[in-house]
Amino acid sequence: MNEIKEKETKPTEEISDDMKVLDDLTSSEYKWGFVTEIESETAAKGLNEDVIRMISEKKNEPDWMTEWRLKAFRYWQKMEEPKWANVHYSKIDFQDISYYSAPKQKPKLSSLDEVDPELLKTFEKLGIPLEEQKLLSGVAVDAVFDSVSVATTFKETLKEKGIIFSSISEAVQEHPELIKKYLGSVVPYTDNFYASLNAAVFSDGSFVYIPKGVRCPMELSTYFRINSQETGQFERTLIVAEEGAYVSYLEGCTAPIRDNNQLHAAVVELIVLDNAEIKYSTVQNWYPGNKEGLGGIYNFVTKRGACRGKNSKISWTQVETGSAITWKYPSCILQGDNSVGEFYSVAVTNNFQQADTGTKMIHIGKNTKSTIVSKGISAGRSNNSYRGLVKIGKNADGARNYTQCDSMLMGDKCGAHTFPYIEVENNSAKVEHEATTSKIGEDQIFYLNQRGISAEDAVNMIVNGFCKEVFKELPMEFAVEAQKLLAVSLEGSVG
Amino acid sequence: MLSIKNLYANVEGKEILKGIDLEIKTGEVHAVMGPNGSGKSTLANVLTGNKSYEITSGEVWFEGKNLLEMDPETRAREGMFLAFQYPIEIPGISNATFLKTALNEIRKYKGEPELTPKEFLDLIKEKAKVLGLDESLISRAVNVGFSGGEKKRNEIFQMLMLEPKFALLDETDSGLDIDALRIVSNGVNIFRKSDNAVLVVTHYQRLLDYIIPDFVHVLSKGRIIKSGGKELALELEEKGYDWIKEEEVDTSTKLEAEKV
Repeated sequence: MNEIKEKETKPTEEISDDMKVLDDLTSSEYKWGFVTEIESETAAKGLNEDVIRMISEKKNEPDWMTEWRLKAFRYWQKMEEPKWANVHYSKIDFQDISYYSAPKQKPKLSSLDEVDPELLKTFEKLGIPLEEQKLLSGVAVDAVFDSVSVATTFKETLKEKGIIFSSISEAVQEHPELIKKYLGSVVPYTDNFYASLNAAVFSDGSFVYIPKGVRCPMELSTYFRINSQETGQFERTLIVAEEGAYVSYLEGCTAPIRDNNQLHAAVVELIVLDNAEIKYSTVQNWYPGNKEGLGGIYNFVTKRGACRGKNSKISWTQVETGSAITWKYPSCILQGDNSVGEFYSVAVTNNFQQADTGTKMIHIGKNTKSTIVSKGISAGRSNNSYRGLVKIGKNADGARNYTQCDSMLMGDKCGAHTFPYIEVENNSAKVEHEATTSKIGEDQIFYLNQRGISAEDAVNMIVNGFCKEVFKELPMEFAVEAQKLLAVSLEGSVG
Repeated sequence: MLSIKNLYANVEGKEILKGIDLEIKTGEVHAVMGPNGSGKSTLANVLTGNKSYEITSGEVWFEGKNLLEMDPETRAREGMFLAFQYPIEIPGISNATFLKTALNEIRKYKGEPELTPKEFLDLIKEKAKVLGLDESLISRAVNVGFSGGEKKRNEIFQMLMLEPKFALLDETDSGLDIDALRIVSNGVNIFRKSDNAVLVVTHYQRLLDYIIPDFVHVLSKGRIIKSGGKELALELEEKGYDWIKEEEVDTSTKLEAEKV
């Protein structure tokens, strides 16, 4: 507020001052930057077959799992890092990373009371008091702290419906037949550099199985958090919706401030059978690095869903405000006839953040439909790219796609880029693409000011309006969180 | 209510206002008329704190407070309202959300409690009815896809909702057909009361057939060169701005003569 007042009394500096307001509004410190002091067990840096065997052994995995990891590792060693994304960073030394970190504590927990109180405090700071959530919100939370899932709530309620919601390590032990059948069936270990690395070293993640005809009665939620220094986090998530099943899954991520970049290479696989639907929502708020561009998370993620059945549907909604670098393309393979894929995305970059994100919609079945709505907001000196592929296969009669791709620029030092790829092999397809770029206008801010709304609230309002089509796809509580997150990401003084 | 003293202002380094003096008292309606480029819109923007305009000297007092020290939102909260010549679009934000936020900000500033959703809804319906406004306009995004007339009407609607002490209408009549003009004028006439004041900035006299001003001022080249009652507007309509300009030449010649 002081800034704005000062500005008024010195009208001669109008232009630079206006930029300054945007600057002030867009350069805030990371709010979730605290480190939890917990004894953890961390593997030495470096990656070789012994490390992979060690991880597998720690997790008490069966031989077939260990073998799968090793195959992935051997394949990965022959691969090269992808260079096509519109992001720039110094080469990652994969031998300088520790691939396993777990809080030291009792091996099995049956209730929250057994969880380390320090851990619970961390979750409270994150705004997800498990106890409260358990009681009030009806959201079952599988909290992943670094690499090991520490608490799983609501399991009993879900069990009655035959729903499996557990850590993936647990699922490997208890439901090996499902894991064997589906793990790697959408994103094989040969898929891409980071997916292969993930297959080799993945530490934990979530597994969801919704049996035939069951509608999951609550939203399932996972909260990821990277804590230990210089440990990569390699999450693996697998969700299977059997015929006629439905589940809405929420994923939220934060990480404390660290000076060195940390690698996060997750893989998410969704499998949807006839008449089933998965709605997958993400709010990603990993540490973006400081104002000078130092530190921050490298978020190199492979997310893909297969609509295998007729009339099946996958809907990805993501709000990406964090990470120094984001490389992420949640995609849909529309195999089943009449299947539907949706991608709704808000990606915010500020300071020195870089994002190259979008989706792939692969139409294979007949009368398949896809919708892409992408909103990119760039502030500071950041770069924000949308990259999307719409592919209509030979047999995909009557396929339709609608893509809307909007970019908003705040200030004059940031960049917005759009890389749409369209491949059509069937001439009955209808593909629409719309794109706009706008600059957050001083005239818009003044208009709202003139109605009694402060500059900060005005920016907030304009940005929220811009993102509205995406926010309305988020579950209620998540939409509120996303709006707050946007405010914090873009503004200076919101406490 | 509003006192402007010897106000000078620049836009992009060019001097537009060259010593404006104007007194507006509570209960009065003033009209500032003038040809294009005379500084009418600059005056409206300077008073509401638009930062593209630079004040080089002068004073403005609003209800006994130094207006020029306030940021734009404070001016608005103090009760100053500008009906924009070109209303701005805010995609994704409904008129209702926008107005509710604005109204509550102003109420908060005055130490009044926020309106309950019910109170707000009742108010919005009442004012829409007064103005003959289609209620669907309320749920649409602010000015997005509005016709020129709808945008202007929306400005007047906001004015009725926010009930400012002082309303500035910047060329509100431009681009309006006669029906829209009547509706807008009607809104202003409903608004004008003994405890507020209005300043109408316009190029044409025709708006003043509907909004009868107490005082008319003629602005030319950044200065008020003539003031009078409502009849001045009619005279202008009849004789055109050139008549005043000629008179101005006479006056300035006289002034120069006096100096000598």
